Amino acid sequence: MRRRAWTVLLHAALVAGGAVTLFPLLWMLSASFMTSGEATTFPPHLVPHAATLEQYRQLFLRLNLGRAFLSSATIAVTTTLFSLLINSMAGYAFARLRFGGRERLFGLLLAALIIPAQVGMLPLFLLMKALHLVNTYWGAILPSLASVLGIFLIRQFMLSVPQELLEAARIEGAGEWRIYRSVVMPLARPVLATLAILTFMTTWNDFMWPLIVLSDQRRYTLPVAMASLVGEHALDIELMMAGAVVTVLPVLVVFLALQRSYIAGLMAGSVKG
Amino acid sequence: MRNEARAAALFLAPALAVLGLFFFLPVVAGFALSLTDFDLYTLGDFHALRFVALHNYAAVLRSSLFWTALGNTLYFSLVGGPLTVAVSLGAALLVNARAARFKPLFRTVYFAPVVTTLVAVAVVFRFLYHPRFGAIDRALVGLGLPAIDWLGDPRWAMPAIILLAVWKNFGYNMIIFLAGLQAIPEELYEAARIDGAGAFRQFRHVTLPMLGPTFLFVGIVTAIGYLQLFPEPYVMTYGGPLNRTLSAVMLMYKEGFRWWRMGYASAVAFLLCLVIAAATALQMRWQERR
Repeated sequence: MRRRAWTVLLHAALVAGGAVTLFPLLWMLSASFMTSGEATTFPPHLVPHAATLEQYRQLFLRLNLGRAFLSSATIAVTTTLFSLLINSMAGYAFARLRFGGRERLFGLLLAALIIPAQVGMLPLFLLMKALHLVNTYWGAILPSLASVLGIFLIRQFMLSVPQELLEAARIEGAGEWRIYRSVVMPLARPVLATLAILTFMTTWNDFMWPLIVLSDQRRYTLPVAMASLVGEHALDIELMMAGAVVTVLPVLVVFLALQRSYIAGLMAGSVKG
Repeated sequence: MRNEARAAALFLAPALAVLGLFFFLPVVAGFALSLTDFDLYTLGDFHALRFVALHNYAAVLRSSLFWTALGNTLYFSLVGGPLTVAVSLGAALLVNARAARFKPLFRTVYFAPVVTTLVAVAVVFRFLYHPRFGAIDRALVGLGLPAIDWLGDPRWAMPAIILLAVWKNFGYNMIIFLAGLQAIPEELYEAARIDGAGAFRQFRHVTLPMLGPTFLFVGIVTAIGYLQLFPEPYVMTYGGPLNRTLSAVMLMYKEGFRWWRMGYASAVAFLLCLVIAAATALQMRWQERR
């Protein structure tokens, strides 16, 4: 009897926690389908009287949010593809190629993890300005093309690739690049998937650097566009909720589709997403 | 063997070039910048740049706005950090409970806020906190409590931001705690039960000590992240009301990219860096002592 009461209590707590967690997201979704002004009428209601796509139409037709969506997609996809290649090459070298000072160099990279990115942002902006990359997609992409966490994640995985396998390929006369491409990369598929999701989400959600380096409205990413819309449309609750849906939905969908390898990767590497 | 070293150099070159050029160089340059009077005029004419030694640091440390920002950042981190860790641990214990069903479902639901875009959910919370129409105040009024002007009241703006941060981040730490909980050998609990320990004492004397390293990791990651508070106040309050939510990074952003006082802003950034290093070292020392 006591055990039963405990089980009921446990599930009540789980469900209550879930409701509190999901409420802001569900309300966002619901309010985005309301007509203008509906979220601020009395008596309050949580579900739209007559669902409408009016807010989305406004966002894309009048406020050009589609352009921000494309900016975000371009930056996130390019960053993900290139950084997978660059990080995996470095991670492989740190795990499986022998060279002098390897451990010391890797230790130096790891130590850099506690330096917050903001410390370098002011000179980084001046550097981008000197390279004429301010206000370009490359200005937003380049700094994220390699990450210590990504290299670390790949290296940990590569350590489990048996050295004999690589030696065998070498004896057969395969060059280092061939070994990396045809032997190592296929084996590393799971960790590459994890890293791809991590990178995509981090880049998609990133705010401070795009805010600094992209000053032209036409190049704003979704988070930057949202932050600037808040200023002008602070009272258009339904419109802002539709904007939030457009911003959040892609990452949420990617997460739900691939969550198993994502969460497994987090637990294995304990890396910040 | 020499062949391998040469291959390694080629494999490492792109990553080291990116990290060197876009991370290490700016960090070093940032320190140099903090020793200069780089401002709006210098931006137009580099020859106007002057070396001012530690003058910026002295100016920052004398500025009351800096201490306000640092105080706000510490308030956010010292209240929000432990609160987030506590909620994370609670959620992990619930999801991990032996009697719990639908574990993957709850795990996914609790984790969902972590992957959302901070700016977007900050916009959502801005409206949830609305004193007249927001769901939170409606619930408060429904319970017979007074409504709170969350983002307009200097006393409540920071707690409002803390609640958003807890909601957004607890799922991440929960996953790390789950990994830690699942690594505790079942025999330890059995031995405790044989010794007559109830659920609470098992938690106190088995679970908590065994989670020591997990606490350290979660604590350090949370502290580093929270001390860099920026998008939440940027979107919800822009540092207001009365600078009560102005964070250290936000001060750096305003000084550096709004007023172009880049030498001064760099000094702010490095002082924050020192605080972060101190917070990390303190937690490591504390863990070692126990």
